[in-house]
Amino acid sequence: MSTYQRNMSLAGEPPKALNTTQRLAVVVGMAGLGILVLHLFNQEITHPAIWLTAALTLISGGIIGFAAGSYAHKQEGIKNDGVWFKSISSRGFLGWLLGIALTGFYIVLYFYAELLGLNTEGDNTGVISLFDPLSRALSGNPASQWFVYGTLYTIAILAFGIKFMWKYRHNRYEVIRTISVMFFQTAFAFLIPEFMARLNGDGYNLPYYDLKNIWPLNYYNFEQYRINDFISSGAIGMFLLIFGIVSIFVITPILTYKYGKRWYCSWVCGCGGLAETAGDSFRQLSDKSQSAWRIERWVVHSVLVFVVMMTTTVVSVYLGYENEGYWLSRDVFLFTVAAGLLVLYAAIMYWKRHQLKKDAVVGATVYLFISLASVALIYFVDITQIKVDASYFSLGLNQGIYTLDVAVKSLYGFLIGAIFSGVIGTGFYPIFGNRVWCRFGCPMAAILGIQQRLFSKFRITTNGGQCISCGNCSTYCEMGIDVRAYAQKGENIIRASCVGCGICSAVCPRGVLKLENGPMEGRINSEAVLLGQDPDLMALLSDRKAN
Amino acid sequence: MEHIVIIGNGIAGITAARHIRKLSSKRITVISAETDYFFSRTALMYVYMGHMKFEHTQPYENWFWKKNKIDLKKAYVTQVHTETKKISLESGEQMTYDKLILATGSVSNKFGWPGQDLNGVQGLITKKDLELLEINAPDNKVCKRAVLIGGGLIGVELAEMLHTRNIPVTFLVREKAFWSSVLPFPEASMISNHLLSHHIDLRHEEELDEIIGDSHGNVKAVRTKKGEIIACDLVGLSAGVRPQIKFLEGSGIDTDRGILVNRYLQTNIPDVYAIGDCAQQREPVGERKSVEAVWYTGRMMGETLAQTICDQPTLWNPGHWFNSAKFMDIEYQTYGWVWNSPKEGNAHYHWQDQKNNRAVTVEYNLHERTFIGINTFNMRMRHEVFDKWLDDQQSVDYVIENLQQACFNPEFYKKPFHEIQSDFLKQKSAI
Ligand SMILES: Cc1cc2nc3c(=O)[nH]c(=O)nc-3n(C[C@H](O)[C@H](O)[C@H](O)COP(=O)(O)OP(=O)(O)OC[C@H]3O[C@@H](n4cnc5c(N)ncnc54)[C@H](O)[C@@H]3O)c2cc1C
Ligand code: SF4
Ligand code: SF4
Repeated sequence: MSTYQRNMSLAGEPPKALNTTQRLAVVVGMAGLGILVLHLFNQEITHPAIWLTAALTLISGGIIGFAAGSYAHKQEGIKNDGVWFKSISSRGFLGWLLGIALTGFYIVLYFYAELLGLNTEGDNTGVISLFDPLSRALSGNPASQWFVYGTLYTIAILAFGIKFMWKYRHNRYEVIRTISVMFFQTAFAFLIPEFMARLNGDGYNLPYYDLKNIWPLNYYNFEQYRINDFISSGAIGMFLLIFGIVSIFVITPILTYKYGKRWYCSWVCGCGGLAETAGDSFRQLSDKSQSAWRIERWVVHSVLVFVVMMTTTVVSVYLGYENEGYWLSRDVFLFTVAAGLLVLYAAIMYWKRHQLKKDAVVGATVYLFISLASVALIYFVDITQIKVDASYFSLGLNQGIYTLDVAVKSLYGFLIGAIFSGVIGTGFYPIFGNRVWCRFGCPMAAILGIQQRLFSKFRITTNGGQCISCGNCSTYCEMGIDVRAYAQKGENIIRASCVGCGICSAVCPRGVLKLENGPMEGRINSEAVLLGQDPDLMALLSDRKAN
Repeated sequence: MEHIVIIGNGIAGITAARHIRKLSSKRITVISAETDYFFSRTALMYVYMGHMKFEHTQPYENWFWKKNKIDLKKAYVTQVHTETKKISLESGEQMTYDKLILATGSVSNKFGWPGQDLNGVQGLITKKDLELLEINAPDNKVCKRAVLIGGGLIGVELAEMLHTRNIPVTFLVREKAFWSSVLPFPEASMISNHLLSHHIDLRHEEELDEIIGDSHGNVKAVRTKKGEIIACDLVGLSAGVRPQIKFLEGSGIDTDRGILVNRYLQTNIPDVYAIGDCAQQREPVGERKSVEAVWYTGRMMGETLAQTICDQPTLWNPGHWFNSAKFMDIEYQTYGWVWNSPKEGNAHYHWQDQKNNRAVTVEYNLHERTFIGINTFNMRMRHEVFDKWLDDQQSVDYVIENLQQACFNPEFYKKPFHEIQSDFLKQKSAI
């Protein structure tokens, strides 16, 4: 290590040191968390409403107080001083500690909820019972581990959202976008489903439904129990079911065409919302290498194929039971899926092949083949007769024997739903950055990304020759896009993974980047030549480049 | 195979190498004494401020060079033997070239101030300077005060950098307002006020007289021309840069301030070229200076020279002038020419929004009303649009009326264009 890096380890010097307000805020926030932790071990809880209010107020107060200590006394502008010196934001000791704590929390939440006080029989105890009063007030029911999680999640988005807006108060795009995610989280993810639960009982049997959570992110939306619930809940149920389908096939494509995937990923989505607010301090940790990009493309598209196949399997199985009274038959459904995939593939290959690199074509073809083969398998073989011994896949943790469809569903729920999106996706924020899930795992992001790349008006425009290759944009791109590689060549950035967070544009010290919606024509300008040159040379350069 | 040797792995040398590679399969060797890999000099400040790590300043991954068959060599070139087409390296090794490209960049200006070689006196140009700064000014205990000399762009970067570590900064500038040798006065004073608002102790019309050392050869204080003595542990030199050409003495290559080149970027010696900060035009192009130490010029010269090297002789003929910078929180862009006071026959239209540190100055020809150039502060503008307007020799009235078209601010920004337009019309009718 060279001298200057050694000197950096000096503890507690600005810009690394915390000021008094920040320290106080940490104490306040920790006190709030401490209340929750103490209640882990508390079987009999007295005054849960008071303690819960105290805990949540202290936690939010701590976060907002920390934001005040960080930004209130500073002028508007970019606030990245010391990011790479601070242990928490540079994969230092605190970063690892937080990563381990978060990962542990997710493992308990998903697999050992009884430790939080969830009891199969009898009332909640522990932390979960602390949340009972709030849950009763909203839905009328006692809390579950998911209610606890949902509440903390919403508090995180709201409090860190305020911090984020404070930090970027000079940038209205960031402020408005953050208000949007805060709203969608509070209203759509948190309150509306709880209120919907209140309806249940008198003629309604609505499943828990966050309306903005669209399939395939919401991979279980079309499982049998939910479809039955929807169908048995009258007009509201049918509306929700139809809304779920319309969101996929109408709303999403139109909005993505007009604005790019950002309308969802950084304006609406809850995963994105948490990443942008609570995860903002970790965006610089994403891997920018080309090899990471290659892995990303394979992994995220594999998850997409996996979810399509999983859902097809699950739906086809319950459509296959006789006399269930579904409008759609199994064969029609399977035929539609196969035909849909084929048409999509053919359309892309016909109209967009010149925009695809060779490996994309190979990938798409392999994926099409796998998908069609699985559809054929489901069609010709009664997969409910195939038995799978789960102990092979779970290292012996699960000894059960399942039919293939249930096995596929459980495997997806376990691997993708729990491990990838929760444990790794959020637990590893301080290690891999805040969008690991969105980048490598989210099948919704994969679909939106394909459309954004091929059929959308969105792009990030680069400003002629102004780039000085400084690297701020690439460093702070949470999706690991090497923005500079495009900017320094004067090329627009049109990448499937770009969630349109706008931070690259915000941190650019030379005003080089602008997120825009414009005509599709000329959107991809990889033959671009940097402005500022003699016009004849520009012509010559692009001539020679094109040849 | 023809061997192209490039001395200097900065933006000029590397751009030349990349473009020669695109156009040919010639053997390319890039030599630099500074670092193994190309990095962005303009980003040094962000490393000290903790926005980035040093590796983030490297625009290409390390495998890039091998894959593109560009040989890199870390060595210092001590001599160029133009008669034998050889260069000598510090190790004693020699290397033969068929064509030589000099892209050696700049060093800090020193004006022979007493004490200028004391410990704790430094500029900020190289990676080594950055490392030195971590030794001289790691925090405000080791460095209780820094004094910066000369008010250029590197100076304001140094001020911002030291400020992030709570190191008190005294900034001596000769002019009445910051960078007013380049910026029109109202803008220069806006920048001055901004620096002051960040508690930078900015001293206008003040110059360095002497740097005073202690018995260990370390900086202790400076004395200003007005006679004030300011105690400090660091003296930052930011009074401009000059070409790095010392090692060329006796090589037969013509130099003045920089390496003298013709419009083909060729020196007086055949097959020896110079580009970037170190090159000096024998005849300056248009209004441009003969030595231009800016990133963009280095890049564009690299692009141009690659064509010449690859058998397509191409004149150095840059397009319209543009530049940008950032003064702490204030972004600055310029397109075309705006002088600090209007050129003969020209006038300035100036608009300012003090609350938001936004400003615009447009220079135009009084008689013809043609638009000559624009400065904007905290208002991003679209390069492409101004390039076209300059090509078309649009009138100032047209430009002001259509400013919106050139807006490059992020979405949802509050735009001041209506205000500017009505203010412009009001001023116009008042004349
Ligand atoms: C702190 C700072 C901020 C800046 N910010 C901006 C900005 O915002 N915008 C802008 O337009 N410009 C900016 N500049 C100017 C810009 O960085 C330079 O104009 C540009 O880097 C010059 O590139 P170059 O390739 O000519 O030389 P350099 O990048 O200086 O590269 C020359 C290389 O040659 C090596 N070398 C020299 N002699 C020898 C030798 N004898 N043997 C071996 N190697 C040798 C040097 O070590 C060096 O690595 C800034 C400069 C600095 C220092
Ligand atoms: S490219 Fe820019 S807008 Fe897109 S994800 Fe990266 S930082 Fe956000
Ligand atoms: S686009 Fe902006 S932030 Fe990115 S490298 Fe260029 S100047 Fe730096």
